[in-house]
Amino acid sequence: MNRRSLLLGASAAITLPAFGAKAQTAQITGAGASFPNPIYQKWAEAARGPTGIQVNYQSVGSGAGINQIRNRTVDFGGTDAPLNAQQLTEGNLLQFPTVMGSLVAIVNIPGVGDDQLRLTGPILADIYLGKITRWNDPQIVAINPGLSLPNLVIAPAYRADGSGTTFVWVSYLSAVSQEWKDRVGVGTSVRFPAGTGARGNEGVAGTVRNVRGAIGYVENAYAITNKLVTTQLRNNAGVFVKPEHKTFMAAASAANWNVPGFAANVIDTPGADSWPIVAPTFILIPTNPTDATRSANVRRFFDWAFVNGSKLAEELEYIPLPNSVHDAIRASWRQSFGA
Amino acid sequence: MASASATPPQAVSRRSGSFGEKVFALVCQAAGIFVLILLGALIIELFIAGLPAFRAFGIAFVTSTDWDPVRELFGAGVSIYGTIITAILAIIMAVPLAFGVAFFLTELAPPWMRRPVGTAVELLAAVPSIIYGMWGFFVIAPTFARYVQPTIIDTVGELPLIGFLFQGPPFGTGLFTAAFILAIMVLPFIAATMRDVFEQVPPVYKESAYGLGATTWEVMKGVVIPYTRISVVGGIMLGLGRALGETMAVTFVIGNANRISTSLFGPGNTIASLVALEFGESEIGSLKLASLLALGFILFVLSFAVLATSRYLLRSRLKV
Repeated sequence: MNRRSLLLGASAAITLPAFGAKAQTAQITGAGASFPNPIYQKWAEAARGPTGIQVNYQSVGSGAGINQIRNRTVDFGGTDAPLNAQQLTEGNLLQFPTVMGSLVAIVNIPGVGDDQLRLTGPILADIYLGKITRWNDPQIVAINPGLSLPNLVIAPAYRADGSGTTFVWVSYLSAVSQEWKDRVGVGTSVRFPAGTGARGNEGVAGTVRNVRGAIGYVENAYAITNKLVTTQLRNNAGVFVKPEHKTFMAAASAANWNVPGFAANVIDTPGADSWPIVAPTFILIPTNPTDATRSANVRRFFDWAFVNGSKLAEELEYIPLPNSVHDAIRASWRQSFGA
Repeated sequence: MASASATPPQAVSRRSGSFGEKVFALVCQAAGIFVLILLGALIIELFIAGLPAFRAFGIAFVTSTDWDPVRELFGAGVSIYGTIITAILAIIMAVPLAFGVAFFLTELAPPWMRRPVGTAVELLAAVPSIIYGMWGFFVIAPTFARYVQPTIIDTVGELPLIGFLFQGPPFGTGLFTAAFILAIMVLPFIAATMRDVFEQVPPVYKESAYGLGATTWEVMKGVVIPYTRISVVGGIMLGLGRALGETMAVTFVIGNANRISTSLFGPGNTIASLVALEFGESEIGSLKLASLLALGFILFVLSFAVLATSRYLLRSRLKV
């Protein structure tokens, strides 16, 4: 690892001599998705010494991040919902993923402990469509033979603010339920047919904690740090899996990254061990930067993060990208910006 | 005084004084006009920015209950409904309380209590709205969810005719909770106005009524209220204006659902909270952003109308 980072550092210094002189004070700014904010801040702090790059990232939301990079008011934008190939071409933008995160369902049912309840995608979709309204619904009871489920109203909670978390959640519901796809669809904010909205992860978690019978969805990192009651989910292979490191990694390696803008679909991937709701978060950089030095520094920062940042990411419960994806991203940089 | 004997320095200072006065007058005039221009520019800017939404949906934008960002269908109906319902409910809860406070402070309280209680009520207005939001979400909503709402749902919710207003799962958040928080937030504005106008009733009127053997309640009902009626309504409108535009506290507790629920315990949305929640995820040039700005325009017009009415009703009392 170390030798590799040295080599990369050296090659970067040779190929991009301009910032060698300015390395001490190089500043880059970014704005966008709030989901990867903790890891970007951590990377920024850790990279300042070795790279001499100071990163200022503002977590203003994916939509605002896209706006700001389109207007070129920042050096890079962050988004959870990937842009498609046409949008990238129109905006003269290059897109690449940085890390992945996973979503978990959290519940508040008396007598049901962590990872005890089993749910399937279609059941989740029906709960959020308002079609399954009680916890002792025959469909839920049938797949939970060992649990005694109370006759309690299900209170679905969702993110009220537009967010990448919602985008990933409804992407999953759309993937597993045709009715969800037709009636609601996919977006950073959608028209939820049932339930109540709350602001941010903390709002959803708070609502679930307060209301008996509530169900919600949050990022796994948030569920772990707040000790929330999560559930098992049935994956694409028909196996019930728990939200844990092993199942997240299995999902990540099963995805096909060879698509425009690296907009890989890590939702409901095949494989007996795969956790069904995993999603990458993306960075957007201009392919026609106004300031070549700053643009190079952005790439140098993320290159540093790819080489050195995986451990930090795992500490914060993010899922690092496979090394093959890192290499593919570097190849795409070379293609757009030269060697 | 202004004789020829005036020394040159005096003359100079007088000249510069009149020049300074002119400058000062101009600056003040500019400041006044600036505010007027700013207000006008805000309205025009909001309207222009929201125009694409009005063009796309026409007048139906105001009544449509659609808010579907995926299909790009936007309507203001749900949030206008939520805004008006929460504001009116808040006023219904706040007015009796404010009346009690004002009546107590002007007629019943011993003099040593008037200042502390009056100051406490005014200080309620100084609490930042985010504090009310957190208090609402972490204290009031769980209490409502656990104790208040289940009880009401099981009792009043079972009644015919009005039962439907109090049904549904007890989330704790929702229109009712939002209105409750709003009521506490607008209380100081209404109470302070009421107290001020009650105090302006000429003592001779009240004393005559007491002289005729009227009780305190009869004096209130027969003299004070009729004398101050219009100003009291003005004060209530002032509170209503506040309630319409409140954002942060409401966002925390209203449940943020873009659909109209018949139950008061159901989740809803207000214009201000919808704009606050969706702004970060709206791309420049998108119909969604235009719709949000159009919503801002509608809220502006709504609050402006309410506050203008309040000013109009209060004009005579506040000038005295």
